[in-house]
Amino acid sequence: MSAANDHVDASVDSTAKDAAPSSGKPVSGRRSRLAMLFATPVGIAAITADLLVILLAVFGPIIWGTRAETNDFDNLDSGPISGHPFGTDKLGRDILARVLVAARLSIGLALSATLIGIVVGVLIGTMANLAGRRLSRVFSTFIGIAVAFPGLLLALFFAVIFGAGPTGAVLALGAAMAPGFARLTQTLSASVVGRDFVSAAKVLGVSRLRVLTRHVVPNIAEPLIVNATLAAGSCLLAFAGLSFLGLGVQLPSYDWGRMLAEGLNAIYTNPMAALGPALAIVLSGLAFNLTGELGAQLAGRRTTRGRRRQRGAADGSDDQRAPGAGGLPAAADTPSSDAVLVVRNLRVSVRTDGGTIEPVRGVDLTVRAGEAVGIVGESGSGKSLTALSIAGLTHEPLEVTADELWFDELDLRSAIGRRGRAQLGTSLSLVFQDPMSSLNPTMRVGDQLAEVATEHQHLSWKNARERAVSRLRDVRIAAPGRRARQLPHEWSGGMRQRAMIGMGLMGEPKLLIADEPTTALDVTVQQQVLELLESTKQQSGAALLLISHDLSVVSSVCDRVVVMYAGRIVEELPTADLEHARHPYTKALLRAVPSMDTPREEPLATIAGRPPDPASLPVGCPFAPRCPRADDRCRVEPALLPVAGRRALGLAACHHPHLDPVSESGVSIVDISKVGAPGIGETR
Amino acid sequence: MATVETTIAGASRRQSLLANEWVRFAVRRLGILVLSMWLLVTFAFGMIHLIPGDPVRAALGFNADPALVAARRAELGLDQGLLTQYWTYLGQLLHGDLGTSLQSRLPVSQVISDRLPNTLALAGITFVVTLLIAVPLGVGMAILTQHGRRRGTELGYTSGAMVLSAIPEFLLAVVLVYLFAVKFQLLPIAGRAGFSSFILPVAAMTLGSAAAISRIVRVEMLSVLGQDFVRTAAAKRLRPHRIYLRHALPNAMTATLTLSGLLLSSLVAATVLVENIFAWPGLGPTMVSSILSKDFPMVRAIVLVYGGLVLLINLVVDIVLAIVDPRSAIRKA
Repeated sequence: MSAANDHVDASVDSTAKDAAPSSGKPVSGRRSRLAMLFATPVGIAAITADLLVILLAVFGPIIWGTRAETNDFDNLDSGPISGHPFGTDKLGRDILARVLVAARLSIGLALSATLIGIVVGVLIGTMANLAGRRLSRVFSTFIGIAVAFPGLLLALFFAVIFGAGPTGAVLALGAAMAPGFARLTQTLSASVVGRDFVSAAKVLGVSRLRVLTRHVVPNIAEPLIVNATLAAGSCLLAFAGLSFLGLGVQLPSYDWGRMLAEGLNAIYTNPMAALGPALAIVLSGLAFNLTGELGAQLAGRRTTRGRRRQRGAADGSDDQRAPGAGGLPAAADTPSSDAVLVVRNLRVSVRTDGGTIEPVRGVDLTVRAGEAVGIVGESGSGKSLTALSIAGLTHEPLEVTADELWFDELDLRSAIGRRGRAQLGTSLSLVFQDPMSSLNPTMRVGDQLAEVATEHQHLSWKNARERAVSRLRDVRIAAPGRRARQLPHEWSGGMRQRAMIGMGLMGEPKLLIADEPTTALDVTVQQQVLELLESTKQQSGAALLLISHDLSVVSSVCDRVVVMYAGRIVEELPTADLEHARHPYTKALLRAVPSMDTPREEPLATIAGRPPDPASLPVGCPFAPRCPRADDRCRVEPALLPVAGRRALGLAACHHPHLDPVSESGVSIVDISKVGAPGIGETR
Repeated sequence: MATVETTIAGASRRQSLLANEWVRFAVRRLGILVLSMWLLVTFAFGMIHLIPGDPVRAALGFNADPALVAARRAELGLDQGLLTQYWTYLGQLLHGDLGTSLQSRLPVSQVISDRLPNTLALAGITFVVTLLIAVPLGVGMAILTQHGRRRGTELGYTSGAMVLSAIPEFLLAVVLVYLFAVKFQLLPIAGRAGFSSFILPVAAMTLGSAAAISRIVRVEMLSVLGQDFVRTAAAKRLRPHRIYLRHALPNAMTATLTLSGLLLSSLVAATVLVENIFAWPGLGPTMVSSILSKDFPMVRAIVLVYGGLVLLINLVVDIVLAIVDPRSAIRKA
């Protein structure tokens, strides 16, 4: 009784969660997910067990019926003996036979209760959604209250009304289950009703009933089936509980719960009289529960797998080393002594079932003190992963290797001790893409800043909080004293991103890594945050490593630009020299940035094609399939080599670099001084 | 779902009324409490009237002496009009008068005050023990198995916990009784006498729910550990225990607290079965015997007590949640 209710509740919650993200898919796709149950060995075992239990319920009484009623007067109340493996009861009847016969009543009653619960619950739940707004609020309030009451009370209620017996017990368990199913139906169908195709159906004048039967029910069927299986399992257990108490099946009928109660009285003479029915209850309950759990897990896992696959694709990677991949020469600028970050041959790899994928394939990078370097590339180029692995924030299954990885005289490849941790914590700071999720929602903003100082600089909380307030003032937060005591949800996105920058200022930053710091922000706020980054860099003397997909963002802040494609650096050059870019990919990126001169009547320039599929990177230059200059030579991977330009020296990995500032193809080159995303230019 | 989301959006737009949100929360929550209380009280009242046929004859048998039947009807107030009965009932309830048990002829309130503390002790201890096992276990397993590490441990733990949580308390109780009281005779088989008598009933109720809750704590914790702000904490190079306990754990607590509330109210119900197995002097055995003997005033009082307990627990959980999770106050207002 109790079990029925809380099991349904828990499973409702988990399954609603599992089902929610996937419920956007068409019905046909979801059916196959239940079919997936048959594809796993555990799934086949669970379903086989279900079938066996049901077969037992159907044929048990036919096969063992007479044996269960035969009295063996020579062996009353006996323990396990030959002929009676589970022993006999006080009338000398065989307990094993009785357990097998009792399956029909135990399972039949449990399934009837489940059926009642589902039908009543689904009806109430859909009514709550299809009724008017007011009425549906009343419905949900009542469902909420009903869900909160344990099934025990309902069992009591029905036991009093119908007397102790199977009718009352079935109704009680059904009623106890109904609110859970009502809430599940309501939640699920509300999400379906809100979806586009239902709105479309409504616009087309389809009747409510038809919307319900044609669109809503098929889409919520799967989570309902999963939950029904779980509920059937818990119902079986709960019914056994009721019978055990004497509130369910009454003598001379018997089910497993009833047998358990009788067996418990005889536990000293024949433990099997209690353990036998207990085993039957547990095994059949487990069979249903296992099926339901598997179904719920499959529903959940399918969606996470799909997501992971997408992310894997976005990260860009290859499964084989292209010729010459290992042989990237050192960058032309030799690491000078004032370098704050030195990276040599940084590689990030993931071992998957289909082989090793390498999203970052040998990146060399040097950032000097006070310098601002930008990494640009399409999503999937490996730029964010490069930043994360430099900061040591990647985790399994990603594997990071490098020939050299120095930050401020600290070798990041080896284990970092206590002092190294403090040094990193105070001098390497990070700003991430999404300010809405980068701060801990349950901790005051001020404390999240202050923590850096208490952890690494042995400040008292009081002093650390004071420093936090002053840093918040530095990043232009108004009323920082009051704001510091607030929680992140009380702050806007732009303010939170400033708080992240302020967090980096708590120590003495030497390098600020900002990974797409403005992507999630409004255009006007973007510019403010960029300006703040710039002034922070100037005032603190820290170097800046800015990662962005937006060339205009990088060129407005950085001294040097590093262009990444398919996990490699394809070009590196001073920002001032950007208009003389040598690599066709950089050129294409530049053309894709709209400027004040861009003719409005023409469509915006884009780069034809897509970044290479990580699973099958082409032999040779990965940009070749999209490159207008590609020829047979590009089948050999080009190395990142110095290329003479008109002004400064740059590096490009291309067999056919643009050597002349005026492109041969006749496309005019964007004047970098006018480059800027629309909006940014104007706000300046 | 859609309506919930629009109200969230609407609520955050009205954030300037932040001071009012607690007031609105209190009003709303109290409203729900009063409504649920009234429903409970009315259900408890209506129970006897929904019995098909004559409840008194059903209780006393069809051949009972008509004079006895009439007396019993008068005692239960069934000879009066329904509304009068309802008002008398509400009035008596306000004075703490729950009537007299038909079975024992003792005042119902006395039986309850004798037996309820035993049930509460059992449920309370079980609750604390469950959380003391489930939360550290769930957090620990999340940390050990994050990023897909230790696949074997994970598989062993999840399948073990699943099997354990699928076994109902009363069956565990039977197995425990057999093992520790019958076979090895280490612990008392029944009754309440000192510390050792708590071990078996508490263990029977703890094992399954601790397994179930630790699984959910682990899943919650894993999802929190995957969030961006944990990466921010790692970027600050905080010590691991601070990242886990100060940053991740509080964010995993919302679900844990909600579940604990559910656990506590389901424990109230679970005690009924377990008390019957262990002959525990709580309300559980009284409940069963009063239903079987159709002791209506007793059953009615027990419904009120169990229901009231559950409502109280839900109220406490909601208040704690609103305080612990700053976003939930807004969500509810």
